[in-house]
Amino acid sequence: MIQFKDVTKEYPRSGAAVEDLTFRVRKGEFVFLTGHSGAGKTTVLRLVHFQATPSRGEVRVSRYASSRIRRRQIPQLRRRVGFVFQDFRLLERLTAAENVAFALHVTGTAKKRIGPKVQRLLGQVGLAAKARSLPSELSGGERQRVVIARALATDPLVLLADEPTGNLDQRASDGVFELFRSINQHGMAVLMATHDADLIRRHPEVRVLELEQGRLVYDSGSEAARGDTSDADEVEGAKE
Amino acid sequence: MRALREALASIRRTPLLGGLSIFSIGLSLLIIGLFGLSAHNIDQAISGVEERVEVVGYLVDDAGEERVQVARREIETYPEIEEVRYISKTEALFTATRELPEFSDVFSDLEVNPLPASLEIRLKEGFRDPDHVRAVAERVAGYEFIDDVRFGQDWVERVFSLRRIAGGTAGILGGAFAFVAVLLIGTSVRMAILARSEEIEIMQTVGATEGYIQRPFLLEGLFTGLAGGLLALGLTRLAYTLIDRSFLSLTWLPDMWIVAGVVAAAALGMLAAGYAVRRELAQGYAV
Repeated sequence: MIQFKDVTKEYPRSGAAVEDLTFRVRKGEFVFLTGHSGAGKTTVLRLVHFQATPSRGEVRVSRYASSRIRRRQIPQLRRRVGFVFQDFRLLERLTAAENVAFALHVTGTAKKRIGPKVQRLLGQVGLAAKARSLPSELSGGERQRVVIARALATDPLVLLADEPTGNLDQRASDGVFELFRSINQHGMAVLMATHDADLIRRHPEVRVLELEQGRLVYDSGSEAARGDTSDADEVEGAKE
Repeated sequence: MRALREALASIRRTPLLGGLSIFSIGLSLLIIGLFGLSAHNIDQAISGVEERVEVVGYLVDDAGEERVQVARREIETYPEIEEVRYISKTEALFTATRELPEFSDVFSDLEVNPLPASLEIRLKEGFRDPDHVRAVAERVAGYEFIDDVRFGQDWVERVFSLRRIAGGTAGILGGAFAFVAVLLIGTSVRMAILARSEEIEIMQTVGATEGYIQRPFLLEGLFTGLAGGLLALGLTRLAYTLIDRSFLSLTWLPDMWIVAGVVAAAALGMLAAGYAVRRELAQGYAV
């Protein structure tokens, strides 16, 4: 599903953000990506979402490889990779339903399919009753649920979340986390960046990748990850 | 259709920003409009002077009408010649009497007409420069019945150098004004795009294609440029009317210039929008 092979990402001014990262996230897996602020968590998510390209090594996501992907293929990849931001990034002038519909609309979903799908997605995140509320009328936890519904709109294979509970109180945070768990139980992989040590401790069953100064210093599922090639996907463009 | 709907919706959603863009584009193109108006009127004035460029061949007294008429028709076939007029001795005297009334007594007392017959040769537009004028004068001087050829060499050269200076100044100033207009248009379109950068970022995040994201902005740029162009045209017309009525008689711009200007404004708006939106999009892609 996601594969990092000796990946280093350097920025011209700040140097290496991540170094020699090698790991794999399998289909349907739930993984915490943790580390202190500046450890490289966001860079990893940006690399998976192809917002950044590796300086060395290769990132593979589904059938797309960073060394072969073309710019025009990136939108196709992103429809398979949902992204949840810590700071929500909802369009304030649109209602909850319209924010979700926006994602469907701009990715070419037929008009008559948008309404029913938005209803289903808002129902899935527990916000059916708030469909017509503006983001400013919603609590932090509710806003994050709208963001999750929007990320699910394109039926992704994996959900990336960058500190999704970082701006939420404990109760809202637990609710959002449970939502991620339930989505994962329906077969979608989740890669969640978090520095919430308490959240990680409370869920020992979830695999943890820990970064420190850009390097992978701990992988609680390393044995499982090694030697498992069952989900090795055919890489887009490999036959070119 | 979708892009058109969204472009119109976007203009409706942010009327103030759209209005500001149209206004700033309109003002920057007004500079070009006023400059075009000045350039066109200077060009008209110089053309008016140039039209008077002519070569006059004075005939010997016994030239013989038939020979002269044959030569006149021959000269008219030169590619650079617009018209050749034969002025008889009588006609020359009549013109001189009319144009120089203070000498009318002198002319009326004459027993013999001292003025020679002549061929007045006018050149076509584009051939009224010193080289062509001189070449025509030399060929005309070759006829044996031609006594003398005059074409006001200094005057022709001065008019020609005035034309060159005006052309060069128009080119440089016009280029500078166009450059300023492009910068102003680029800035106002970039402002409009920055105001929607959040929307663009979300579209990129969820997987909208670049073409899909760009199209409404390109159309919006086109409409803004078009509206700015029409505003500039209206303001230029207003300035023209005020100047024409109050102190200086002017010629209005040719239709072709107006169409070209408005089309160029629309194209400029679209190009500026394309450049700005591509720059914004480039930040969201790794490849």
